[in-house]
Amino acid sequence: MGFPHPIHPKETPVLSKHFGEADARTYDGWVKRGGYRALEQALGMSREQVVEVVKASGLRGRGGAGFPCGLKWSFMPKEATKPHYLCCNADESEPGTFKDREIMRWTPHALLEGVAIAAHAIGAEVSYIYVRGEFTEPYAILERALAEAYAKGTLGANAMGKGRRLEVVLHRGAGAYICGEETALMNSIEGKRGNPRIKPPFPAQAGVFGCPTTINNVETLAAVPHILTNGAEWYAKMSLSSPKSTGTKLFSVCGHVARPGNYEVQMGFPLKDLLFDLCGGVAGGKRLKAVIPGGSSVPMLTAEEVEDTKLDYEGCAQKGTMLGSGGVIVMDETTDIVYQVMRLAKFYAHESCAQCTQCREGTAWTVKILQRILAGQGETKDLDVLLELADQMTGKTICVLADSCAAPVISGIRKFRGEFEAYLTGKKRLAIA
Amino acid sequence: MTTGAQAHGRTGAPAHGESASLPRVFEGAGRAELDGILAKYPTKMAALLPALWMVQRRHGWVSDQGMAEVAEVLGVTPAYVKGVVTFYTMYHQHPVGKHFVQVCTTTPCNVCGAEKVVDALLKATGCHRLGETSPDGAWTVIEVECLGACGFATPVLVDDDFIESVTPENVPALLARYGK
Repeated sequence: MGFPHPIHPKETPVLSKHFGEADARTYDGWVKRGGYRALEQALGMSREQVVEVVKASGLRGRGGAGFPCGLKWSFMPKEATKPHYLCCNADESEPGTFKDREIMRWTPHALLEGVAIAAHAIGAEVSYIYVRGEFTEPYAILERALAEAYAKGTLGANAMGKGRRLEVVLHRGAGAYICGEETALMNSIEGKRGNPRIKPPFPAQAGVFGCPTTINNVETLAAVPHILTNGAEWYAKMSLSSPKSTGTKLFSVCGHVARPGNYEVQMGFPLKDLLFDLCGGVAGGKRLKAVIPGGSSVPMLTAEEVEDTKLDYEGCAQKGTMLGSGGVIVMDETTDIVYQVMRLAKFYAHESCAQCTQCREGTAWTVKILQRILAGQGETKDLDVLLELADQMTGKTICVLADSCAAPVISGIRKFRGEFEAYLTGKKRLAIA
Repeated sequence: MTTGAQAHGRTGAPAHGESASLPRVFEGAGRAELDGILAKYPTKMAALLPALWMVQRRHGWVSDQGMAEVAEVLGVTPAYVKGVVTFYTMYHQHPVGKHFVQVCTTTPCNVCGAEKVVDALLKATGCHRLGETSPDGAWTVIEVECLGACGFATPVLVDDDFIESVTPENVPALLARYGK
């Protein structure tokens, strides 16, 4: 549902069906809503059988990359020569994205159940849920839910009495966007600085504590119990456009929009309908200027491009952008694109772990040059310098933070060049402290 | 680039020796809590972030003395602990006001007027600048990057309380909850 708004008829509420119901947070309330049936079912199946169901459902990673979930699970070694670990990425920090927060706040047991099923499927006894440090409320809610699940024997040394050890540990972050990158997250759990690691080795070979590890996003794991209960076919059928994108997806809509919130729709849903039907259009009746459809790391779309964009992995790629995490940032006609691109670059400059030169220097210089342009001191060649810098920041670093900083710069200049030129020619000037 | 944190680093630094009087964290109940944490991980080092949270909860910030104690109990060097502390933005490396206020000003909140919320908070708390503690010692306000509640612009963290939809107009009512 479009929390905090009522369910819109065009939504398909699966994950968000119980948002806003305080009772759904409790163990008994969750069981009343069909909870933990899927875990019981999974514990009666072999690892491989669970992986096959998830593979057949077409579920893809909801954290941003869209990697097929079942395939990722199948990369885990068949034999356990070392302990296996599951990490749940609850470090939701991508600007524009606030879906995992609502899943944890309203349906903590959905996540715990998904974690337990995934742990079984990859042969892990211990799972870590890495919650960003600022999420004080979701952490407290998860902590209570976890205590209940242990008290009921659903988790622990003999989960559901089925002879399987399933431990879940909450690990609190301490303020670092980069810890949402999977290898940085593993370092952070190990008690290290959150610097991303060079891949290979991939987590399935050597992840957290040097052991085979699978990392999944909150939304991905929360979908798993529904897939087991209703069947892979049911999930795979929920697709309005490309058969490669299945199921429902939560879209967090924010910025200049009449009804910001989380909306759950089937993959392939038209972006235009999401914005104008479900969210009530641009706030204050203003005109739409631009939309960033998948969290701040993806290229922005113009109002014209929004018209026929389909919200799935392929539909966004067709428009030269990405579905990402599903964080939709709406900007109306009054938005200063140059200022907001600078603000995004400032975010990445602040969050760069500073390991790679292209990122450390590139993000900082991008901000400096954009601030110079905004102050009316830009030079005509600055746009070329910015684009060259963006090119040097793309595909050349250990992780994609630098690429993410480059994306709005490139798309901003390409699509709204006139706004940059207005500053360069002295038609516009902004005083920044 | 951290205007808030940098300003914060320049001000409010304790005089030498001030931290020497801080109580030890990992004794008695603190030691038992740490042992409980250690049991959840295969390595001692993995308890580092949780241990630092314990120090901050007890002292209000993470001093050199606190870092040294963490280093001692986890078998790592104080320099290693400091390297980790400085990576993460939520560990206070200096004492802060009684209430610590974090305001999101990243793009989604920015387009909704987050910078005006910052101005209103600075004015109402009497803090002269971001990162500086108010003269009465009650408040420290900093700007932070995305708090992950973009649909509820502007989110503000006051200590551990996550508050949604803050506007310049409702700042006074918000602060009144904390005795302002």
